[in-house]
Order: sequence, then C-alpha cells, then structure tokens
Amino acid sequence: MSNSAASRDGYGHALISMSEDPKLVVLEADLGKSTKSCWFREKFPERTISCGIGEQNMMLVAAGLASSGYKPFASTFAIFTERAFEQVRNGIARPNLPVHICGSHGGTHTGTDGSSAQSIEDLAIYRTLPNMTVMHPCDDYSTQQLTMKLLSHDSPSYTRTARNKTPRIYELNDSRLEIGKGVLLKSGSDVAIIACGVMVSKSIEAAEKLSEMGIDAAVVDMHTLKPLDESLVYELASKCKGIVTVEDHSVIGGLGGAVAEYLSESKPTILRRVGVRDRFGESGQAEEMLQLLNISTKDIIKSALDIVKME
Amino acid sequence: MGLSRLNGLSDDELVEELKEISRKCRVEIIKMVYRAQAGHPGGSLSEIDLLTALYAINMNVNPNDTKWEDRDRFVLSKGHASPGMYSILAEMGFITHEDLESYRVLGGVCQGHVDMKHTPGVDFSAGSLGMGLSFGLGCSFAAKFDGSPRNCYVMLGDGEIQEGAVWEAMMAARHHELGNLKVILDCNRIQNDDFVESQMRLFNIPEKWSSFGWNVKEIDGHDMYQIIEGMRWFDENNDLPSVLIANTVKGKGVSYMENNPKFHGAAPNEEQYSKALLELGEVI
Repeated sequence: MSNSAASRDGYGHALISMSEDPKLVVLEADLGKSTKSCWFREKFPERTISCGIGEQNMMLVAAGLASSGYKPFASTFAIFTERAFEQVRNGIARPNLPVHICGSHGGTHTGTDGSSAQSIEDLAIYRTLPNMTVMHPCDDYSTQQLTMKLLSHDSPSYTRTARNKTPRIYELNDSRLEIGKGVLLKSGSDVAIIACGVMVSKSIEAAEKLSEMGIDAAVVDMHTLKPLDESLVYELASKCKGIVTVEDHSVIGGLGGAVAEYLSESKPTILRRVGVRDRFGESGQAEEMLQLLNISTKDIIKSALDIVKME
Repeated sequence: MGLSRLNGLSDDELVEELKEISRKCRVEIIKMVYRAQAGHPGGSLSEIDLLTALYAINMNVNPNDTKWEDRDRFVLSKGHASPGMYSILAEMGFITHEDLESYRVLGGVCQGHVDMKHTPGVDFSAGSLGMGLSFGLGCSFAAKFDGSPRNCYVMLGDGEIQEGAVWEAMMAARHHELGNLKVILDCNRIQNDDFVESQMRLFNIPEKWSSFGWNVKEIDGHDMYQIIEGMRWFDENNDLPSVLIANTVKGKGVSYMENNPKFHGAAPNEEQYSKALLELGEVI
C-alpha cells in the first residue's frame, strides 16, 4: 500500500462508508470527480443530487434537506464554497442546520491552476460563523475518519481537503482522532509546532531536522480549527518556550489566527505564524508554491530556531 | 387540509370567509408595524390575500404539532414581509394574537424577519432575498425521498427574482422534476428603493418562467375567486414544479400605502394609523 495519498480521497471513501445510513444525501456542483463524491454517485445515484455549476443553490438545497431530517454532505472546491458564503451564513449556520460542507483543492498546494483556485481564506471565513465546526485534516485516513464522525455531529461543519498527495500520517481508524481534539504526533519540550492539513507532514520533517540540531520540537496535528483544542495549546505553551503555527492558508484568521487569539488572552506566549502573508499565489507546482510563499519546511525550521534562540 | 371550518362552503361563501380573514390580518399587519414603528407593511399587504387562501385551502398543517414530519412546508422567501405571515399564523393558531405584540421586540416570538428558531410554524429563517426557493427545493427533495405526499410552498417577491441564485433554483427544480414544489410570486411591482421597472426590469415573467419548463399560471392576486382557482390549480399539477404569478398591489387595502414605494419599509404615524384602521373597517 502506498504511503501517500490525497486527503480528498478520504472524503470519497467516507461517503461510501456511511452509505448504510438512509438519511445520508450527497450533493455535488459539477466537481464530484474532483472532490471524490463521484465514488458515492457511482454506487448510489438515487441519493446523489447534481446541482450543476450552482453552489449558492446547492448550499440551500442541503439546508432544506437537513431541516427535513436528512444528513446532507455537499462538496465543491474550497474556493467555490466561498461564493455561497452568505447562503452558508444565513441559511445553514444561523438556523444551525447540520449541513456538512467539504471544500476540496484548498490552499496554494493545489498548484498549477493558479491563484483563482487557491483558497487561502476559507478556514478564516468559516471560523467566524457561530455554530460552525471547521476542520482541515492532514491525510486521507484522518479525513475519512473525521468525516464519518460528522454523521452524528448535530451542527454544521466545513472541512477543507487537499488535491495533491501527501505522506500518510495515520493508520486507518486511529483512536486518537476526535473532532475538536488535536493530536500530539511528536512530543517535545523546546518548541511546539502546531500544524494543519498538508503542512503537518512538513512539520514532522522540520521537527526531525530540528532534532538533528539538538532541538526538541513537539508536533501537533490541529485538524480542527474550531472549536480549537485550547487545553492542548495551553499545555504546549506551558511546557515549551514558544509556539509555531503552520498552515497553507493566510496567517490572518486561520490556524495562526486562532492560536494567537487564544494565547494572547489566556496565556501570552512567543508565537511565530508560518502561513501565507497577505498575498495571492500563482501557477506553480505544490512544492514550488510552498517555497515561493515561505511556508516550506525550511521556513518552519527558521521560525522554530527564532524562538529557541531568543534571549 | 387548510381550515376545517371552511369545508363544505360554496365558493361564494368561501370567498366571503377568506376576505374577512384577510381583512383581520391586514388590521394586525398595520398594528404590528405601527407598534414597532418599523417593518414592512407594503409587501405584507400585497401578499396577505394569497397567504390567507394558501393556509385556508391548501396547507396541510397542524398548529398543535408544529414539527409534524409530514406537514406541508411554507417558505416565505421575502422574509421581511413577516407581519403578513405572523398574522395568518395567529389566525391559524400557531401563535397567539398576544405574540404579535412581540414583533421586533427583544426576545420576541415574532422576529423582524421570519425565523424558524423563534416562531412555531415558520419553516425557514429568511430575510436575505433569493434564498427561499433553493431551501424549498431541499424540502421537496426530502419529501420525494421519504415517499411523502407533502408539498413545499414558497413565496417569492418580484423584486427578489433579480437575485441570480433564484434562477439556479428554477433550473434545478425543473431538472429534478420536483412536482411537489409550488411557488407563489407576489408581483407587487415595487422594491425597496422604487418601482421594479426603474431598478431592474424583469420584462415578461410568465414567458421567462415557462421557458425554464415550469407549469405557469397568472392571476390577479387580490381577486379571491382567481386565487382559489390558483390554489386548486396547484393541487391538480404535480408533474413538474409550478408557479402562480400573482399580480398584486403593494400596500393593498390602505389607500395612501397602495403603489407607494415609501411604504415598502416604513411605519405609519398616529394619524396615518387611524386612517388605515378606519379604511380596513376596524372600529378603534
């Protein structure tokens, strides 16, 4: 079995795994082949609703289904969920209807399509909505498992998945995975790296290199940005000299924003945010994008060293 | 279905009963907006004859079991015209007439715009235009999946269909052949700023809607005989989604509000209030 996969595949597998629930309904907006809801459509066409290229309609059709006791899972590219932001805000989050939205191809890691497709703000905008749970898992297995947990999650959610393959971090059915609970992948006492999505594997890589330099870095997969696992952040901030957040997303309002908001009010701690610095991406391979935007492994190491070397 | 006390009446008797219910609702609309000194009387007065007939004739609902799974759904997509909906919900027994006094009041049952979290009998939290038809589609899908005969009724305003997402929903409803989706378009020809004609012309609405493949019928939205016919037409057409295009008068029933864009979203003053009640046959 390959040791790398795309997290979007986990979403596709999860839908099929949940098919025994007769209330599950899957909605697509012409991107099922990309988000991987197509696998469900092949097996259960009668429970898959095509909305054409119409995301605004899709979100509210899902809301209507949820209001009638169904469990709708709606997907499109992360960027196109944003077109329907107000529908999500007013029609889903406000009445607290359990609609589960999956935005695939999130982040600059999505690559050569260029900046129009590279959502770098999705996590931030959905975090601002009351009632919303916001997740960005790091591999296919954790995406599959966390998506399956949404079946019994009684409020709306947004989950970002990625287009490209990244190293597998988890085994299938890892008991550590719970919505709202970060996973300590590596313990460490000098500095803590808190990452999400495609940047988790980069953070592990960075921690390994830091270890060679004699620096003991903890690594956390913070797959749920909202609700944030505050007690874990507190614990890390108590134990380590500082914290580095890492995300393929704007440093404004995403994981870095969430951690900064919490720490500044509850446990002031030295913090470095590795993320996109208020700019758009461009066409390029995934790895090239991370280099261009200063969110690569070396940038994580540099931020960790900054903290460790501080007087 | 509808109000059981109206069963077995002749059409003439039914029309008289519905007119009286509408009149009482109009009085409540004026009182709500006057008390709150805010709200949307114009669109409430234009829609109320239609809402009265819809609830009295078609809607299969139970005020004592507001979450009954197989109830018909009603989505007031033009959610700002909430006084109209609250007045008919009170008439049907979903809420009390005392609840109407909580319109726009903190903690009130009757929120500014219709809200499913606050008001029994409200199936969708509207207020942002262009959303109700898509939500109704979801309700219609659910009924279809459940194998239930329930219908989903949606009321839209004519200004509202300037929102592009409404047309996404029109396309989708026809594509999926949701014959249990029934729309009433309240064509009162006025939107917030001015006449629809001056803001964004809609041209031939029946023709446009027909071209999307729906069943279409046009009526006078204040002629109770035509309205009753339209409601029965809904029952007879279940193959495809249907739209009843109702030509109405904004502010209908209160002379100085009729066809007056100013009363889209404004409350009457004391003098205007007395005049309105007098015109509506209410003894103060």
